[in-house]
Amino acid sequence: MIKSELIQKIAEENPHLFQRDVELIVSTVFDEIIEAMAQGNRVELRGFGAFSVKKRDARVGRNPRTGASVDVDAKYVPFFKTGKLLRDRLNNE
Amino acid sequence: MSEKTLTRMDLSEAVFREVGLSRNESSDLVESILKNLSDALVKGDTVKISSFGTFSVRSKTARVGRNPKTGEEVPITPRRVLSFRPSHLMKDRVNSGNAR
Repeated sequence: MIKSELIQKIAEENPHLFQRDVELIVSTVFDEIIEAMAQGNRVELRGFGAFSVKKRDARVGRNPRTGASVDVDAKYVPFFKTGKLLRDRLNNE
Repeated sequence: MSEKTLTRMDLSEAVFREVGLSRNESSDLVESILKNLSDALVKGDTVKISSFGTFSVRSKTARVGRNPKTGEEVPITPRRVLSFRPSHLMKDRVNSGNAR
């Protein structure tokens, strides 16, 4: 499923909404999650999962081809943990 | 950095603010988005949301695990797990937003 198919489904379930509103609703939800994480916040969606930010410390990496060592800066990465209900549904249905 | 936890309520509030639907309808729509995502994944579909990321379901085979406390061997049954791969845009925004 891709974003446009998700929008299509929501539009079918809500025939009273304009397509462009459904597009705005779907983008708002995803943008809000990114914005929250960009501010260092966590987004917890019970039953689905939680988005959070993890810090990766600076390290010395290696170019696997040449073996040369390179400094890798510390960085912040997005992290998703699947919620219990969804994890169970993936295995019980 | 003061860390907050956002919930469905904050997402519905954003929809309410941006789209101008009622609070009730906004929260139903957020729920419906999450339900559609979950249902697709439970069916085994990969869900690709451009500029957000990709959710995919992977199958893991059975293996022998160990209770770390007792050292006792326990069988781990085959299972399906969800993995999320953030988009470049998400990675960039999250890194630059937190590095400051």
